[in-house]
Amino acid sequence: MPSNEAVQDIGLDDYKYHFITEDEPVFRSGRGLNEKVVREISAQKGEPEWMLDFRLKALAIYNAKPMPTWGGDLSQLESVLGEIFFYVRPQERMERSWDDVPVNIKETFDRLGIPEAERDILAGVGAQYESEMVYHSLKAEWEAQGVIFDSIEDGLRNHPELFREHFATVIPAADNKFSAMNSAVWSGGSFVYIPPGVELDTPLQAYFRVNQEQMGQFERTLIIADEGSRAHYIEGCTAPVYSTESFHSGVIEIVVKPGAHFRYTTIQNWSNNMYNLVTQRSLVHENATMEWLDGNLGSKLTMKYPSCYLVGERAHGSILSIAYAGNGQHQDTGGKVVHAAPRTSSSIVSKSISKGSGRASYRGLCKVYEGSTDAKSNVECDALLIDEAARTDTYPYIEIDENQSTVGHEARVSKVGEEQIFYLMSRGMPEEEAMALIVRGFIEPIARQLPLEYAVELNRLIELEMEGSVG
Amino acid sequence: MSDAPILRTAGLRARVTEEEMEILKGVDLAIRPGEIHAIMGPNGSGKSTLAKVLAGHPGYEVTGGSAFFDGQDLLELETDERARAGVFMAFQYPVAIPGVSIANFLRTALQARLEDGEELDLFDFQDILLERMELLEMSPSFAERAVNDGFSGGEKKRNEILQMAVLEPSLAIMDETDSGLDIDALKVVARGVNTLQEERPAMAVLLITHYQRLLNYIEPDFVHVIVDGRIVLSGGPEVALSLEEGGYHEHRKLQSTVSAA
Repeated sequence: MPSNEAVQDIGLDDYKYHFITEDEPVFRSGRGLNEKVVREISAQKGEPEWMLDFRLKALAIYNAKPMPTWGGDLSQLESVLGEIFFYVRPQERMERSWDDVPVNIKETFDRLGIPEAERDILAGVGAQYESEMVYHSLKAEWEAQGVIFDSIEDGLRNHPELFREHFATVIPAADNKFSAMNSAVWSGGSFVYIPPGVELDTPLQAYFRVNQEQMGQFERTLIIADEGSRAHYIEGCTAPVYSTESFHSGVIEIVVKPGAHFRYTTIQNWSNNMYNLVTQRSLVHENATMEWLDGNLGSKLTMKYPSCYLVGERAHGSILSIAYAGNGQHQDTGGKVVHAAPRTSSSIVSKSISKGSGRASYRGLCKVYEGSTDAKSNVECDALLIDEAARTDTYPYIEIDENQSTVGHEARVSKVGEEQIFYLMSRGMPEEEAMALIVRGFIEPIARQLPLEYAVELNRLIELEMEGSVG
Repeated sequence: MSDAPILRTAGLRARVTEEEMEILKGVDLAIRPGEIHAIMGPNGSGKSTLAKVLAGHPGYEVTGGSAFFDGQDLLELETDERARAGVFMAFQYPVAIPGVSIANFLRTALQARLEDGEELDLFDFQDILLERMELLEMSPSFAERAVNDGFSGGEKKRNEILQMAVLEPSLAIMDETDSGLDIDALKVVARGVNTLQEERPAMAVLLITHYQRLLNYIEPDFVHVIVDGRIVLSGGPEVALSLEEGGYHEHRKLQSTVSAA
């Protein structure tokens, strides 16, 4: 661990996943973002002309857009972006089987418990190591059903029409400054297609981490759940600790076609010097359901608002989000639902925990367009403050252009009470354990929506973060 | 019952943290294993403060005197250490812990009693819990509910009794456990305490109560009347009965005599 003061200041001593595996990237772009870098990335990937054009246009949009002035503090970001590498590629080719994955990368995954999970429970694994998929497997019967679970690069290469039909239709490059940046330099991520009527019982799962110091990661995921299909995609990541600022900006686009049911679960635990600015959006067609389950731990600043654009009648969107803001961290998270069709419904449940100088903000938008008759939306925000210094804010934006709709909003802030701690201690639990139990209870409504191993992981991560929160 | 006391307080004084006025002004109490003591007193007499001070509530500070539990200086122990040493307090107003099931809560409490590195066996725990619930005639589904979350007054008290049954204290302090209970719920609490004491006759019980009626169901060996932070009268069950007739008024007078003396 670098004995850098900045690292010690933000209390990373107990960061569990702080380990660095030696590896030599095959290709690394120069520092900073410019046209040369964008052209290099596209050339490295052997992309078709239209994608290079798309990237270059996105770069122009990125340069033209000002830095956002809302949300978290981005004042240091410009200088950070000038220093980072926008593209790193660790390996030349995709891996199919676990045996082919290089040993040092395996070690990293071993320490995160991936192989076991993969062998025992998971049907398919897409693991993103740095900017590229290095390992990607898919269960044989799914392939037989026509399910595509590829790296985004392979998606573009092997399914050009399906890819081009949907790519950037949910999140255009011009959506915001960081979606423009991602559109210019995206690398890695998943391409998923679930054919009509196909139902997957076991989740599709990607696990990735950032490992190259000062490397930005710009993963791009495109998911298409075709009519009447049903699936669950899980993404989790943990990054090791570095002394300098780091940056992550992903774009996740999901098209949920009529009658389909799709759930996207993320548990992110970034190291505490990471800027994590992600755009996640779904387009939800008639009678379809989209569920976002979003867990945010770590990072210096996270700005992330999973959203559902309900564009077909009776489309349903649900966003469950949990954020933990420890010392020096700002979690600016929440959700966005846009009702653009009659009888659409949505719910947002947001829970946040702030500790020490941590700050958790809920930022949500509920928009109901005129003509979205009988639309229903309900928002619940629940904030838990661990100590006196911790801070929480709520920024609910509600815009309703249709009278015949119902929108509810509820916000609660609670402090871990002295009486609660006393009660638990009077049963023999040490103070730290008492605190952890209260926090576990607080997040239980979200944890129980997770597959067991993720619920356990989430609890463990939060307990780890809570260590030393007492006294 | 000639054993050494499990709890002995001498001249115990206490106040609400950072406040001037003392609430306990010198309490002497000796409870031997297996004994049931009732402490009765009017509102504001300090009886509930005594319970909280013994359990180690952070809102109170001891200003004088001593308290020894099972040979240890109780006042030197943290709240959780007291619990692990065998002190249990059933709360008058137990707080809710949303999202934490009673089973999970109790498992965590039992786990905390083990040495570092020792793991409570889940199946053993399940057996203990089910057996305890059966003893108290509780439905197993009760343990799946979140601790005190949306509980009725009676359910909260049943939960306290269940915890006491699982944690097996050597001293159970019942802090006005009977307040706000209808007669059926009161009987449930009383039956619970009696059942547990029959099972473990060495368990000492300290009943803190305003009313005599609980003592119709749990028969005390000793009754103490506390007024204005001091025990002004101690005796057998007959003391409670005399209170029933004369109220606390007589003892207030007695108190002023004691103070004057």
